[in-house]
Amino acid sequence: MTSWLTSFPQLSDSLLRALQRSIDNGFRSFTRSYGDLIEGFFSPLQTLLIWFERLLLGTPWPVILLVVAGLAWGASRSLRVVIGSVLTLVLIGLFGMWADTMKTISMVLAATLLSIAIGLPLGVLMARSARVQRVVSPILDIMQTMPSFVYLIPVVMLLGIGRVPGLIAVVIYALPPMIRLTNLGIRQVDPEVLEATDAFGSSAWQKLVKAQLPLALPTIMAGINQTIMMALAMVVIASMIGVQGLGQPVLRAISNQYFTLGLFNGFAIVGIAILFDRISQAWGKRLQKHREASHD
Amino acid sequence: MTDPIGIEIRNLYKIFGANPQAHVAAVRAGMTKAELQARHGHVLGLSDINIQIAPGSIQVIMGLSGSGKSTLIRHINRLIEPTAGEIVIEGRNVVGMSKDELREFRRHRTAMVFQKFGLLPHRTVLDNAAYGLEVQGMAEAERYRTAMRWIERVGLSGFEKSYPSQLSGGMQQRVGLARALANDAPILLMDEAYSALDPLIRYDMQTVLLDLQQEVRKTIVFITHDLDEALRIGDRIALLRDGSVIQQGTAQDIVLRPADDYVANFVQHVDRGKVLKVGAVMLAQHGFDALPEASIATDASIAEALQQMAANRLQALRVQDPQGQTIGVIPFQDAINAYTGSVEANP
Repeated sequence: MTSWLTSFPQLSDSLLRALQRSIDNGFRSFTRSYGDLIEGFFSPLQTLLIWFERLLLGTPWPVILLVVAGLAWGASRSLRVVIGSVLTLVLIGLFGMWADTMKTISMVLAATLLSIAIGLPLGVLMARSARVQRVVSPILDIMQTMPSFVYLIPVVMLLGIGRVPGLIAVVIYALPPMIRLTNLGIRQVDPEVLEATDAFGSSAWQKLVKAQLPLALPTIMAGINQTIMMALAMVVIASMIGVQGLGQPVLRAISNQYFTLGLFNGFAIVGIAILFDRISQAWGKRLQKHREASHD
Repeated sequence: MTDPIGIEIRNLYKIFGANPQAHVAAVRAGMTKAELQARHGHVLGLSDINIQIAPGSIQVIMGLSGSGKSTLIRHINRLIEPTAGEIVIEGRNVVGMSKDELREFRRHRTAMVFQKFGLLPHRTVLDNAAYGLEVQGMAEAERYRTAMRWIERVGLSGFEKSYPSQLSGGMQQRVGLARALANDAPILLMDEAYSALDPLIRYDMQTVLLDLQQEVRKTIVFITHDLDEALRIGDRIALLRDGSVIQQGTAQDIVLRPADDYVANFVQHVDRGKVLKVGAVMLAQHGFDALPEASIATDASIAEALQQMAANRLQALRVQDPQGQTIGVIPFQDAINAYTGSVEANP
């Protein structure tokens, strides 16, 4: 009587084991029969990733520094941001982490581009239809709360270890804020402005391109910023499934208790996170200069 | 420029709620707004609206908030779908148009000015004014040329590179007006266009509109809750209350012959001397053996007539049409009666 109350009545062990085994077997046979097909489907990503990596590693470092300085200036028009960005990269290089950093940056850039390419249209769709929002919202909740190690398992089973499964894991993790903030940004556009565009006979596409997207841009930029930050965080975890870059030394540092190695690489990640954040935020702000203009 | 075209609103109903079609018949049979609300939880927005708007005229639709006036104007370009009824423009029923036809109709036949301006905050004044033309697919150089002309015409030269947030409310509404006029649509819909402006600027903008109307001769539907504004600019006025038209006619009709106590109450604080025209109060010239020497124009106000008579100690004035023909007589006593509203002035 008491044991019935203190231990929760659960399904019998044999039933649970059978259930797990049948799901595992089912997925395994799915992997066996469709694995190649799916790998083929994702192979363009491999090309993209390798191209990015070669670009960043093949370019002489002074050119990279110049390009970053140029981007920082173009986005922020602030000397402080430019000097900070260049200094961060110089320090990373001096401490011997240049190649790993370039690999990480190429991974983050590829993941961000992919997230925008998927997230922007999905966010627009979600903003246009309450039904799509009802379906997509809970999926995003799952993507954001599911421990990332858990969805690494099926990705690895399907695609093995390497860059592409790593990229997919990063995108799954980094995509939700892009979708959510695009949706939010478009839904927040002043309905009176939209009514005006309707009254002048705008088509749905004209309304989207000429009013909704530009007015949602600050929110969308915040989404891109979030996506970059989350991609950076995930790149370290994805090193467990063979993603190269700053995550691998961290992983090695954990298993061998190399405190300094972990600290250096950790700081390098923080450094490029701040660099990405400042540049993308400054750019987002400059895109809405009409808002800063005050009435005199 | 396009020729002015008329608008005919026929038996228009709008019911808000989950299943509006189900209650049209009941409303047609005379169910009131309160009954519909209490018994079926639907809101009667507009009930049996019939208004004929002449080409090239200014039709004011006036009412207090909640009277349905903003709902009504949105039916003309179908920003709101009617529950029943017709809106006929150039022989075509707007209610029956397909999506594509409606878009073309909005691009070329109507232009709209909004109470809160509805400008695109991320675009310059020039790009805002050119928006309608851009949507039509006009080439950049041409639409900028047209937009610039209207920006100058509404008095905003030098501001074309500014953003809306840098302008005052009155200036922003000039941009809204320029955007609507640049479209060169024969119908101009103005939804409480001046209600957000302070009184002096509002008067100023009314003058801008009246001056422009001399030039462009659009068919203008103008929504307002301000009676003075309605009387000043409306060729005809329709008074809306609880979604029904309770009176329509000229400013003179409404001031001299209010349809019911509600309207009478509305117009009692109006400056009758300024609103009423000599032509609406004068007597036919028969029965006057000796016509008075001094004359006054038929569209002069009663106040002007009284002033003239008082200054020259006259008992009556001859009323002349714009060609100088004598068409009537206005005695001092009749003018006073019309001014005070004490006696029916024109039996």
